[in-house]
Amino acid sequence: MKKTPLYESHLSLGAKMIDFGGWLMPVQYTSVIEEHHATRTQAGLFDICHMGEIAVKGPQAFALLQRVVSRNLEKQATGQMKLCILTNEQGGIIDDLTVYKLEDDHYLLVTNAASKDKDLHWLQTRKQTEGFSRVEIVDRTEELGKLDIQGPQAQTILQSLAEADLTALKYYYALNTTVAGIPALVSRSGYTGEDGFEIYAAGEKIGDVWDRLLGDGAGEGLKPIGLGARDTLRLEAGMMLYGHEMSESVSPFEVPYGWIIDLEKDFIGCDALRRQKKTGVSRKLVGFEMIDRGIAREGYKVLKYGREIGDVTSGTLAPTLNKAVGLAFVPVIYAEPGTEIDIRIRERPAKAKVVKLPFYKRTDKHFFYNVFI
Amino acid sequence: MAKPNPTDRKYSKEHEWALDHGDGTATVGITDYAQEMLTDIVFVELPPVGKKVEQAAPLAVVESVKSVSDVYAPVGGEVLAVNLPLENKPELINQDAFGEGWIVKLKMDNPAELDSLMDAAAYDALIQEEKH
Repeated sequence: MKKTPLYESHLSLGAKMIDFGGWLMPVQYTSVIEEHHATRTQAGLFDICHMGEIAVKGPQAFALLQRVVSRNLEKQATGQMKLCILTNEQGGIIDDLTVYKLEDDHYLLVTNAASKDKDLHWLQTRKQTEGFSRVEIVDRTEELGKLDIQGPQAQTILQSLAEADLTALKYYYALNTTVAGIPALVSRSGYTGEDGFEIYAAGEKIGDVWDRLLGDGAGEGLKPIGLGARDTLRLEAGMMLYGHEMSESVSPFEVPYGWIIDLEKDFIGCDALRRQKKTGVSRKLVGFEMIDRGIAREGYKVLKYGREIGDVTSGTLAPTLNKAVGLAFVPVIYAEPGTEIDIRIRERPAKAKVVKLPFYKRTDKHFFYNVFI
Repeated sequence: MAKPNPTDRKYSKEHEWALDHGDGTATVGITDYAQEMLTDIVFVELPPVGKKVEQAAPLAVVESVKSVSDVYAPVGGEVLAVNLPLENKPELINQDAFGEGWIVKLKMDNPAELDSLMDAAAYDALIQEEKH
């Protein structure tokens, strides 16, 4: 099992550790609910060193990326990041990732932890088979550390240690600066539905960034947050998680990723996706909330008139909403908000209804929903 | 830190407690160690009053944010009463697992089944072992 550079810090903070994608990660420090609320109301600091970072460099970096991601990167500005998916020939999702354009001919791809090796192999294979010899693909996962700071106080806390003016940093843009004197790449982005930042710095220095942020941010209510709350935060914000809502047999048109598919350009999987666009898909991922008592969990069956019609992909009690919510695949005829469905919980059907995503939306003036990225 | 395990009751390997009232009935709950392991209990499914369960059979369900766990009957019997406030305040188990957070009251089929359970000292030893 792999450990992040912050492993010892987690132990000394009393974290419970679990296996996540081959990494030993903190699932919680004090309580999932406390950590969830801390992030929504003040600020949370997350060890995200387990996620994969892959640099794609060289004169053909752009051309290779245009072939493997479904989104058109032509208009991507230097410093801008884009949420993208890698698709296979059938249009299935290999991974969802963010693509940072660091400079012309130099991109950084940030992948799911468990998908990194697969993504790396896919990129290297495509480089060969598609004839992009003038591109260099480098796994930077071990050498780069990553922290997320999220919540309404995130900017104030990070600004006190960052050299650059963060107020000028737009959503889904990154800049190079220093944090606690350590060179870092900082973007305004995250996975919680709150304002916040993702911070990348050298792995051997990331512990110093973590310590300084936690120390200086304590006055603003900054707390370390485990993967338990990371999951409830992302689910409330209606964000999907690879391996749960997405896999290689899931089409981006079945989940709310149709908006990052550009069928005007040629990329791997575009033919299959053009056909799907024409014929339509038979199932859709929907958000639902429970009407009856009970919490839907991943793997529970969705029922309509007593018949199995789909599967729950994620489900939890949403701490901010204090409601049991989840995501599930259902046939398109049952995908409209307001549709009543049942979830089988311990052999009994429990009533639920399809609702619009996201479940939770923050209301401050800086709000941008991820659909508009 | 977990609260001490009261000496007035018996304990199962599955971390339930049973408090014998001496009249053929017993109150059942989960231990403070169990609630500490579960953390943040957000849902409790109680059995219907009148339900009959055998010793070690599933009796109730407690859910944390991340997990779903069965509560097993430390002794067999018929459900006489359930702790209804848990439906709206499941966190009572986190706050007071040995008191306000009780789960059901059973009319025992065979009070001698209590003898198969551990006393507080034996249960202390079990959780020490689990921690290591």
